[in-house]
Amino acid sequence: MNSEKEISNLASQIRRDVLRMIHAVQSGHPGAPLGCAEFFAALYLRILKHDPASFKMDGMGEDVFFLSNGHLSAGWYSVLARSGYFDIAELGSFRKLNSRLQGHPATADGLPGVRVASGSLGQGLSVAIGYSLSKKLNKDPYHVYVLMGDGEIQEGQVWEAAIFATAKKVDNLIAVIDYNKKQIDGPLHEVMPLGDLKNKWESFGWQVLETDGNDVKELLAAMEQAKALTGKGKPVMVLMHTIMGKGVDFMEDRHQWHGSPPNDAQLQSALSQLVETIGDY
Amino acid sequence: MNQYINTGNKDTRSGFGAAMLELGKTNADVVALCADLTGSLKLNEFAEAFPERFIQTGIAEANMMGIAAGLAIGGKIPFATTFANFATGRVYDQIRQSIAYSNKNVKIAASHAGITLGEDGATHQMLEDIGMMKMLPNMTVINPCDYNQTKAATIAASKYSGPVYLRFGRPKVPNFIPENQKFIIGKAILLQPGNDVSIFAAGHLVWKALEACKVLKDKGITAEIINIHTIKPLDVQAILDSVKKTGCAVSAEEHEMNGGLGDSIAQTLALYDPKPLEMVAVKDKFGESGTPEELMRKFNLDTPDIVEAALRVVKRKNK
Repeated sequence: MNSEKEISNLASQIRRDVLRMIHAVQSGHPGAPLGCAEFFAALYLRILKHDPASFKMDGMGEDVFFLSNGHLSAGWYSVLARSGYFDIAELGSFRKLNSRLQGHPATADGLPGVRVASGSLGQGLSVAIGYSLSKKLNKDPYHVYVLMGDGEIQEGQVWEAAIFATAKKVDNLIAVIDYNKKQIDGPLHEVMPLGDLKNKWESFGWQVLETDGNDVKELLAAMEQAKALTGKGKPVMVLMHTIMGKGVDFMEDRHQWHGSPPNDAQLQSALSQLVETIGDY
Repeated sequence: MNQYINTGNKDTRSGFGAAMLELGKTNADVVALCADLTGSLKLNEFAEAFPERFIQTGIAEANMMGIAAGLAIGGKIPFATTFANFATGRVYDQIRQSIAYSNKNVKIAASHAGITLGEDGATHQMLEDIGMMKMLPNMTVINPCDYNQTKAATIAASKYSGPVYLRFGRPKVPNFIPENQKFIIGKAILLQPGNDVSIFAAGHLVWKALEACKVLKDKGITAEIINIHTIKPLDVQAILDSVKKTGCAVSAEEHEMNGGLGDSIAQTLALYDPKPLEMVAVKDKFGESGTPEELMRKFNLDTPDIVEAALRVVKRKNK
């Protein structure tokens, strides 16, 4: 069992990786993965029962995670590498020619840990639901997790999936929304307000939890609670409040950092705020 | 001349339904999904016999495609089914990202393709699906010609690993392919050998091509009839071998000229062996309401249209 300290340490290292990866190619999306660093670290160190050393596409006999908001790729690649799915040196190939670490996650080159392409938004919940159904058909008792962005759920397909999961009692699934209240064009409440999200999902028949996604202790408690809610005939949703750009003072809560890389000076300033806990790649 | 006997008109979608029922019994991994068109897709018997492997998604095709991709990740062989219109254009991006790019073992089974859907009109008459699907890397595109071939193609698709688009139709049409004929994905079938013109046909136009062959014989022209059931991967060798002998070709399909079988054959000929080609296809138009027979006549997809195209192309060859 990994301690909260270890999870916080990994989160700090993920943040450094994300910024260095994106800075190196001067392209990518730093804001959201910085906000989800604790989630990625907690998920891969503590929550998931998985076997990084021998990745299996079908995920039989283990928990499986899907990233629907594929632009968080830098954060996901970092945690996958740092939990043993592939060598951390490969993080240096992010977004470069002939790399397995595509701008948005892809399966074409067999990157361990990735089971479906994502990036075009709104599709991951459906895929996760389909995979959850396969687990039920296979009598595989493990859990399925999916992360979506809050802006992403403006896509209609998400609500098709929301209806379906309740109707078909997909209760081995835990969906998480990165609720950072920002999207590319600006604050979510200005671009396209989503109203009362908890109420919305509850009215669709989901069991809904809320948590601070940047507080490791609270996040772990919420995810444990989410697990406890599985198997009760209803899907589970965790509204995870995060701060876009978390950990870097000039990026925090600013939608301008959704998809902009830091320049040299900004990278140095950002890295000075983030402890190198495990060692840079 | 080979004789093909119509053993009785049957709809191709029933061939799909029959194959699914058989697959339900023989392959425990086969799962059927349907977006509120179970009866139209002839899946009622499958749904009744294998309720745990039948997934009703409601009128939500985008979600259905994603669910199919997820099931495939878990080792299942999902057949995502609806009308061709809703199985392609409506969900192109879902197919593109979650199925084709991700190379998932999903079978998209699309009924009511083409103009022979009939009275419902152009909103439902999908004539662009082959083009959309064949442009996707990793995607195999199959358009069988009758009940027996649709059944065989469905079973073949279940045994093939990778995304497949399987296109069939609504109306009852002649059933003439022998029940035991081997179906090999990507392998064209020579139905009638001939020397003067090659006619490459898919779907409902195959029977019409055989009828055209008889008319042409009376006019002193022997046509070679080749059934191209797999539009992608295309049997390039079969096409080139035939055209090498005949020197000209006609393509015949119930699809837009842009993006269809004829388009693939034109590309093949232009690249490897330029020869005159005439296309029997819908020429940049939407369909309309009418009976299937009326529409096939109006949109020039009928036997006389194939005959005329053959005569034209033979004339061009001899010029």
